[in-house]
Amino acid sequence: MKTHSEFDEQHIIHELKHYLPAQAPLKDFIHHNTLHAFQKLKFHDALRNASKMFGYKVSLSLSEYRNLYHSKKIREEILDKVITGFKGSSSVQEWKEKMVSKSFNTSTDPRIGALRANWKIVYRLDLDLLVQPILFRILCSYLDQGISIWNFPVHELGFLASLKEMERNSFTSFFKTKRAKNLLLKSEYKIEDLLNIIVGDKSLYAQYLFDQQFSHQGWSGMVSAIEDQPETLLDSKKISLKELIYFELLLEIDELDNKFGPIWAPLSTRIENKPDPLFADIPETELNEVFKLWQEAYEWSYYDEVLAGIKMGHTPKTEIADKSFQVTFCIDDRETSLRDYIEKNDPKCETYATPGFFGVEFYFQPEFGKSYTKQCPAPVTPKFLIKEVGITGSRKKDVHFAKQTHGLFRGWIITQTLGFWSAFRLFLNIFKPTMTPATASSFSHMDKLSQLTIEHKDSDVNENGLQVGYTVNEMANRVEALLKSIGLVKDFAPLVYSIGHGSSSVNNPHYAAYNCGACCGRPGSVNARVFSFMANHLQVREILKTRGVTIPANTRFVGGLHDTTRDEIVFYDENLLSAENAQQHAKNSIVFKKALDLNAKERSRRFVSIDSKLRADKIHKKILTRSVSLFEPRPELNHATNTLCIVGRREITKQLFLDRRAFTNSYDYRIDPEGKILVNIMKPLGPVCGGINLEYFFSRVDNQKLGAGTKLPHNVMGLFGVANGADGDLRPGLPSQMIEMHDPVRLLIIVEHFPAIVLNTIKSVDAMYEWFINEWVKLAVINPETKELHVFKDGEFTLYQPLKTSIETISDVTSLLETNSDNLPVYIIK
Amino acid sequence: MTTEHLFHLFIFVPLFGYIISLFLPRNNERFLSGFAVVTVGAHLVIFLVYLVYWLFNNHPTLNFKDLVLFKATGYEFYIDFCFDKITAMYLFVGSLLTFLVTIYSRAYLHREQGYKRFFNTLLLFYFGYTITIFAGNLETLFMGWEILGICSFLLIAFYRDRYLPVKNALKVFTIYRIGDVGIILAMWLSHHLWHSNITFLQLRNDELVHVQLENHSLVGVVIAMMILVTAAAKSAQLPFSSWLPRAMEGPTPSSAIFYGSLSVHLGVFLLLRTYELWEHQVSVRIIIGVLGLSTSIVTTLIARVQSSVKSQIAYSSAAQIGLIFIEVALGLEKIALVHFAGNAFLRTYQLLVSPSVVSYLIREQFYNYTPRVSTFEDSFPKKMEYSIYLLSLKEWNLDSFMSRFVWNPMKVTGRKLNFLTHRTVFFFFVPAYLIGLACLYTKAHIPDEIHEYLPAFFALIGLLMVLKSFSERKDVLLSWTLIIMNHFWVALAVSFNENFTFGQVHLYLSGIVVAGVLGYFLLNKIKKAEKAFDLNNFYGHSYEHPRVALAFLLCCLGLTGFPITPTFIGEDVIFSHIHEDQYVLALFISLSFIIDGLALVRIYARVFLGPHAKTYHEVAYRSS
Repeated sequence: MKTHSEFDEQHIIHELKHYLPAQAPLKDFIHHNTLHAFQKLKFHDALRNASKMFGYKVSLSLSEYRNLYHSKKIREEILDKVITGFKGSSSVQEWKEKMVSKSFNTSTDPRIGALRANWKIVYRLDLDLLVQPILFRILCSYLDQGISIWNFPVHELGFLASLKEMERNSFTSFFKTKRAKNLLLKSEYKIEDLLNIIVGDKSLYAQYLFDQQFSHQGWSGMVSAIEDQPETLLDSKKISLKELIYFELLLEIDELDNKFGPIWAPLSTRIENKPDPLFADIPETELNEVFKLWQEAYEWSYYDEVLAGIKMGHTPKTEIADKSFQVTFCIDDRETSLRDYIEKNDPKCETYATPGFFGVEFYFQPEFGKSYTKQCPAPVTPKFLIKEVGITGSRKKDVHFAKQTHGLFRGWIITQTLGFWSAFRLFLNIFKPTMTPATASSFSHMDKLSQLTIEHKDSDVNENGLQVGYTVNEMANRVEALLKSIGLVKDFAPLVYSIGHGSSSVNNPHYAAYNCGACCGRPGSVNARVFSFMANHLQVREILKTRGVTIPANTRFVGGLHDTTRDEIVFYDENLLSAENAQQHAKNSIVFKKALDLNAKERSRRFVSIDSKLRADKIHKKILTRSVSLFEPRPELNHATNTLCIVGRREITKQLFLDRRAFTNSYDYRIDPEGKILVNIMKPLGPVCGGINLEYFFSRVDNQKLGAGTKLPHNVMGLFGVANGADGDLRPGLPSQMIEMHDPVRLLIIVEHFPAIVLNTIKSVDAMYEWFINEWVKLAVINPETKELHVFKDGEFTLYQPLKTSIETISDVTSLLETNSDNLPVYIIK
Repeated sequence: MTTEHLFHLFIFVPLFGYIISLFLPRNNERFLSGFAVVTVGAHLVIFLVYLVYWLFNNHPTLNFKDLVLFKATGYEFYIDFCFDKITAMYLFVGSLLTFLVTIYSRAYLHREQGYKRFFNTLLLFYFGYTITIFAGNLETLFMGWEILGICSFLLIAFYRDRYLPVKNALKVFTIYRIGDVGIILAMWLSHHLWHSNITFLQLRNDELVHVQLENHSLVGVVIAMMILVTAAAKSAQLPFSSWLPRAMEGPTPSSAIFYGSLSVHLGVFLLLRTYELWEHQVSVRIIIGVLGLSTSIVTTLIARVQSSVKSQIAYSSAAQIGLIFIEVALGLEKIALVHFAGNAFLRTYQLLVSPSVVSYLIREQFYNYTPRVSTFEDSFPKKMEYSIYLLSLKEWNLDSFMSRFVWNPMKVTGRKLNFLTHRTVFFFFVPAYLIGLACLYTKAHIPDEIHEYLPAFFALIGLLMVLKSFSERKDVLLSWTLIIMNHFWVALAVSFNENFTFGQVHLYLSGIVVAGVLGYFLLNKIKKAEKAFDLNNFYGHSYEHPRVALAFLLCCLGLTGFPITPTFIGEDVIFSHIHEDQYVLALFISLSFIIDGLALVRIYARVFLGPHAKTYHEVAYRSS
């Protein structure tokens, strides 16, 4: 930020919005880089700046790194190499000593808040304590999406105008004193005028506003997010960060007047030394460097092992003559182990992975739904609408959420009747948990037996500017693009599954984070089904034939949904299968079922409540119970431990045990020698996989300031956020229960292609290149012909020779899984 | 087995469970929580078996006098237990919910820091709850009451490294403290009324109660009012209601069981227990009814505008309790008991499923979205609608009411005493105290007109000391010392009153001296080790000094007259020596007791709780 002698309101608000948390309301929870505001900087510079400016803890603690080193999780040879890389080989000893044994003061002394701290120090006034509770309550009531029974009476006008309207027509007031009231009612004042009253010195205005808004960055961030995407609220509300600031300044004037009377000296006149400007340079200290070296050494200790594994575990593909089926999952790291088990159970099948919206972007409207849900990555704005018709089931209700229970007289009756039913329900929920209406179930997103309007007919009218369904040509384009991107263009099996994923959980306000990120935090069932319909469409197949993709007539595509919490798969439109296909499908279903049991078993090693030595199907039953247990804050562990993203053919990792830590995106370089398809594959990897990885990273290293803290005391605010208690700030980020298993290691993307092509690819889009050149994600390439590894650093690829020379080979991981709950190293399975 | 043995079993199962749980290994979660489940489960089973037996034997009201803790002429402090349908219902709801929530918390709190602390506190709470509902006289009840108060503080401040939980725990504790004084004064007055400590059962003796009250109708009203204040504070009735949503800072199951159900209904319990006392005083019954009615209306309005799920449940629960107050005032005991149970179950469950509200309501809304549901308030004239909405949003200014009329005057008075420093305290008040003592020994020579005012005068000095202690911002040790001195002034004041043996004063001061000296030593230790050490902020030193923090907490409890030292009995003894016409003295001393508790917990919270002053580890925002 430039220093302005003049106060530029627009500019400051723009800057504020840039730095505030960008998390959308809970229902649209999408992972993103928590420190997105610093992405223009190199990773380590960004951490240093963020830490000094805002007081975030941005890495593990020194003692954690040292413990990792002593327990050999950070390897000494790697440490030496990292130090050599940054400091030259002559300083290895010197720096190693500093890292391992020198004592440092690791306290943070942030710049944020220093100016406003003077209210307490000089004025002896706890302004935040006086202003924040009422401010939060007014904000929450104004934005509320359906908790309150009596809604904010005025809301159409925008935030400030609504408050003004109420203030004008009320016997009571938002304020305690006259001046603030008058300032609100007369609208001629600007933020600058209010700051003049409170702060006095123009050069401090910007810093004051940063201090103020970052004293409750959760609420400010939410207001800013809603301002930018008002459609994220079903009950839309007009509000802007500017209005929030204006009102907060009024409340501050009110409290100051209330305490000191109408005349008091503005803040700038009573502070002796101006605090350091927030955006002044932050030089790198020795401690910063120590942290940087530790982090790199920590990361490379793992990367090196993985790269060694890829180099050694690579075996040429054996062609399968008579394929039983092919299946495509989402790139999600939670699907990798399931793919392993499916392949293991049926050596004749093939598995693929692609972003879980299957290349079909649209809005979905369930039958009787009053609005649309977006079913594609968040940055995409679809032009299509898919509607559901002919549903069979009905939604069940739970009276415990009914507003009548909060009424006085109805409450009187309800407590004495329903109250005793509640005790019984609680009893059942504890001793025999079952699916209830309170559960957020992935399978209820779309009715299994409903129909979808997928094909667009010319006669169909547009709805709200959206085309209902796709034309044949539009379908063909999408099917072609997807099949080519995953490298499935010939040798189709009789059944080709596309399986989206979703999650079921209860008592989980963050449920959307557990669903498919590529489907905007929703289950991917509709996309899988839409895609399969398209690929089955005869005219589409005709067009595909002309473009070099011939799908045999007896090949059927089948959509499905994998519930990652419950490890269940539901298939759609099974009734449309031919008798022969249906028979094959029945066989395949058994393969899936077995694989799901085994997958549940593998997952169970992280859950203390389940004995992983039990038989797989028994464990699976326990996993099912777990997903509907009210008292289980970890229905599943979502993306915890993710660190890798592999783009390439299956054979480069087929032999490797990667412990569910890798996103995988199927891609065949042979179909795409120039890397044209690769651009589209790699473009979203930064924001999606990198975003997930970094959100876990930062929520893990500072769960208090960058994460949401423990979820156990969370209180749902207005259906869009969670806070601690009744008066707390909103808590964006991930709760501790989601990140406790996570190792804060940046994502390493490994692409199977020639380095020059990959370099061209990432350079082709500036926004994509920023992720790599600034090292928010790391990038390595495996040359498909020479099998040599290259690592991207400072704008070029350099040859990488793994330091690890042997990777343990085992025949079966089961016994390891049964006895370990920690992260496991890489194994080659033979 | 005799009834006595059985009652002992009811009391000792949770007590021993609690004590044993303190010594279980910290890192064995399964064992720790399993033990808690077994303790509460065993209690539940014993109770259920007994309940059936009791019901089949015409559910008699049982009472028996247990241990006499202290005896002097005209005074007897004894533990008394009673069991009737009120106890049965409260125990049924309490043990069932505690059992279910204990099981619930086993998995829910997995890996949480303070896993052991949680189950320890839960068991202590359960013990306090059992004592309270089994109590046969006010003294026994008060013991349980004190335990519940401190458990509430500990559970609200469970996340002791954040600012809001600690702040709100203090807030709730202060309200509870007001309630405690209601009981103390009620005990004092009833002691004078009947010249002995009577049991609740004796209250049913119409002759005993009625005759006395007819002669002392004002005293009767005052006693009832004191009890009502206590009940209103505990049950979040006006003007105290705003603490209830703020108590929801702990893990959801603890909020559910304490503030959703058990703790918050104890005010009702107190009213039911003392029903016979005010049964014939129509004015009192009207006041209770009106209080219940106004609470239920106001809190319903507040509940209607709440946009966070837990505070909505809290206020609607308070509204139902308002209705229960009306039922109690009308004498509808059975309806009140059923209503209590239903409300407790419903709110507990609603709180436990409250995190599901997002997915559930968003889904509902997705299918049934109507832009604006019109409510009955829409039919009001606009100005009225906006005014009531705004008032309800500001919680009818209940919070600012409390701070304006209760806390601020105390702080302002305390700040007027800024001339008190370590130096003045030692060089002025110690000699002054010695002069006071000298007067005591030469009491015979002091003219009556002076003698008469001396107790109140000394008590006032004591009160000023705690006021200063409460408002002190810098010097922690001074604040601590002033509290100890207050107790000495109180002892001096009462000693003037009559010739009672020094044994009783020693009983009172023994706990004070031990806790005081030890506490001083502990604070001094922290002072030497830490730079950040005053009363202006929360410093969270329990992060580095958890053991010191625990020991200091025990000292605080000792000094507040918590039932772990003889001071607890001493306090009651002291009160029994305040004559019934000495309202001023009683007022000063009871105010001292309130503020002294507040000042103590404030010292503990500021020094040991809140976001840690050192930032080498993750520290939460102040706004969280």
